[in-house]
Amino acid sequence: MGDLFSNLGLGFGVVFQFVQWTPSFLGGMSIPIPVNILLCLIGALVGTLVGVLPGIGTIATVAMLLPITFGLPPVGALIMLAGIYYGAQYGGSTTSILVNIPGEAGSVVTALDGFQMAKQGRAGPALAIAAIGSFFAGCVATVLIAVLGAPLTKLALAFGPAEYFSLMVLGLIFAVVLAKGSVLKAIAMIVFGLLLSMVGSDIETGASRMSFNIPELADGLGFATVAMGLFGFAEIIRNLDAGGEGDRELVQQKVTGLMPTRQDLKDSAPAILRGTVLGSILGILPGGGAVIASFAAYTLEKKLAKNPKRFGRGAIEGVAAPESANNAAAQTSFIPLLTLGIPPNAVMALMVGAMTIHGIVPGPQVMQKQPELVWGMIASMWIGNLMLLIINLPLVGIWVRLLRVPYRLMFPSIVIFCCIGIYSVNNAPVDVVLAGVFGLVGYWLIKHDFEPAPLLLGMVLGPLMEENLRRALLISRGDGTVFFTRPLSASLMAISAFLLVLAILPSLRKKRDEVFVESET
Amino acid sequence: MKTLARMIAAGSIAAATLGLVALPVAAQDYPTRNITMIIPFAAGGPTDVIARIVASDMSKTLGQQIVIENVVGAGGTTAAGRAAKAAPDGYTLIMGHMGTHAASVALYPKLAYNPETDFEPVMLAAGTPILILARKDFEPKDLKEFVAYLKANEAKVNQAHAGIGAVSHVTCELLNSVLGIKPTGVPFNGTGPAMNALVGGQVDYMCDQIVNAVPQINGGTIKSYAIATPERNPSLPDLPTTLEAGLPAYQVSAWNAIFAPKGTPAPILAKLNAAAAKALDDENVRKRLLDLGSDIPKAEGRTRQALAALVKSDVARWKSVLKPTN
Repeated sequence: MGDLFSNLGLGFGVVFQFVQWTPSFLGGMSIPIPVNILLCLIGALVGTLVGVLPGIGTIATVAMLLPITFGLPPVGALIMLAGIYYGAQYGGSTTSILVNIPGEAGSVVTALDGFQMAKQGRAGPALAIAAIGSFFAGCVATVLIAVLGAPLTKLALAFGPAEYFSLMVLGLIFAVVLAKGSVLKAIAMIVFGLLLSMVGSDIETGASRMSFNIPELADGLGFATVAMGLFGFAEIIRNLDAGGEGDRELVQQKVTGLMPTRQDLKDSAPAILRGTVLGSILGILPGGGAVIASFAAYTLEKKLAKNPKRFGRGAIEGVAAPESANNAAAQTSFIPLLTLGIPPNAVMALMVGAMTIHGIVPGPQVMQKQPELVWGMIASMWIGNLMLLIINLPLVGIWVRLLRVPYRLMFPSIVIFCCIGIYSVNNAPVDVVLAGVFGLVGYWLIKHDFEPAPLLLGMVLGPLMEENLRRALLISRGDGTVFFTRPLSASLMAISAFLLVLAILPSLRKKRDEVFVESET
Repeated sequence: MKTLARMIAAGSIAAATLGLVALPVAAQDYPTRNITMIIPFAAGGPTDVIARIVASDMSKTLGQQIVIENVVGAGGTTAAGRAAKAAPDGYTLIMGHMGTHAASVALYPKLAYNPETDFEPVMLAAGTPILILARKDFEPKDLKEFVAYLKANEAKVNQAHAGIGAVSHVTCELLNSVLGIKPTGVPFNGTGPAMNALVGGQVDYMCDQIVNAVPQINGGTIKSYAIATPERNPSLPDLPTTLEAGLPAYQVSAWNAIFAPKGTPAPILAKLNAAAAKALDDENVRKRLLDLGSDIPKAEGRTRQALAALVKSDVARWKSVLKPTN
């Protein structure tokens, strides 16, 4: 325990380091500059901006900013890059809530209830609870990294292909719960999402699948491209539709209260807590941690709710839980990097690149060899989260005021920002065209009461499921029992089976109806 | 409609005149503006890091900034295809590598470019040596035992790699073909997840670039049997070479080299070659490259002819190694 405090002391010492700046125009006078705090602030601000702008993802931003950090000291550079990463999780919810366009993959589910809240004039409380939940989750996850980082690493290592596959099966069963309408339609959407995720190169042979000889499709459909189309563009088309205008006016007229009420806080507190726990665990696993965490947290809340019908119709828990989960996951995904030196996702891989440029290649000894770097980063996360809360709460008022901008002025700018964002991911014009196509598909889906959220979850789970199934079977030489003989995998499968039985057993039909099927509006 | 046609006509005349004016730029003035160097991989990867170190020194020599542009996709072939079609004026270069400019010919049947005929070789930059790695509790104690174990347990062992066409895939295919075995290859999405599986003991062995492996070896989470270069590497002085350890046929390095589009004037290529050679002699550049575990080509490897020969021999080598397995 004493170690922990001395380490954290070291970390905060690094963050609050002052560098003497002696500009010539002051005639030899020097000003102390808290460089790392400033870099943390810049990172948090850029991250918020990136999160708010739809389409522009963290990977693209970190990749673009990486060269700038080469001139900075390594600790400062990493503090800034980390700030961008978790800052984006804060900002990502803003457009989800205001205009139903997720700024980040992790904010897709936030749009489900967040946008409904905005329609009811409660955009303020939704934005505020997202920031508060994110802050709480960020703080808890930071403590978790500091205290349990090393032991938790074992979990990441124990998760082999078989365990991943079983986890994804569980996720798929949960996915059905996302739907607020017909179960059959939800399943259709999940399967459609799984199919879309098959586009690209076969992982084992490298052969192109369903890419129609379009070179840009060889690496698969981008999640951002599809999400932007299905949510963003489809929503805009719907709004411009004759029936949609009324909706918009509704949003503009009824803005009540900017901050959550006491009742809101009471409702969201347990959701934030559960979201944080779930996000912290899922974040450690290499792969799509933050995205899956947000989906999982939402479905858990809906499952536990006394009245699941409220979900998808503006339940504040539906905003609080996924936002807490994605932020917690974003933080704990640093654990494998800081304890093992292995980057669990693409953004972390870029951070390793940043370290490599400075001659530090992180490995299992990074905590002993570079304590300033590791503990400085951990300390900066807590400070960064505090900064983000302070940045985001006052912004709520400004964002809500944005809703009063007439829609005929707002939608062209949304379209332009979306297009720039999508283009910037791969510098590929094809992606913008594809997003447009998915906009039309999304419009058709909305008109026929299909929901895009399960489709997107299918797209996230699809590749993870397929790849891990094939890896597991390759390692076991085609023996399917591995999923039931490895203890971790077997327990996950048992939970899935239990849920499935719960849904199928006729004697429990009434209960199932309560959970899965809710009357159509 | 008429006006539109007229506008197009006027536009094309203007473009043609501009083209005529722009063409005879004297090579001795080169470079007069920023040069773009395309990197076929994401920022922060081994090729990117080496390119940035070399390019920053070349910028000083040439007096113009070399701007790095990362173009990712399709194992780096998207970037190489774009570079092949760029104007051959010396203002677009590419840091090609073993994958994009050799192995790709064997991996992608419909490759949009030919590494041998669509590019002018400029110079071989630093390479990254390949190590044979295994999980820390893998039975064989040294390379000889490892070779014997693999041959005896061909059906049992699992080899990880970072995806079809990745350095870790093609270099291990070479190892397997040298040993005459066909083990089960388990594909992962990138080096990070593959390394995670090796550290976690889910797979038995893999081949990877030295940069990623050194900290894990020093940390004792994995072990290495040999380095596939003729000489030992200063970052792992105790690790024997494949030459010493009894597998001399396995020699491979993930080389990186600068290329220009076909038709770039010879004086410009000479200028670029000289600038790159100067960069590799710079004390600071050498130190940073050696810190990464890279091997820096010696004088005889730095000519344009040497690079052309390397591409030619490597294309042939990967064709014979990778074709039978696919």
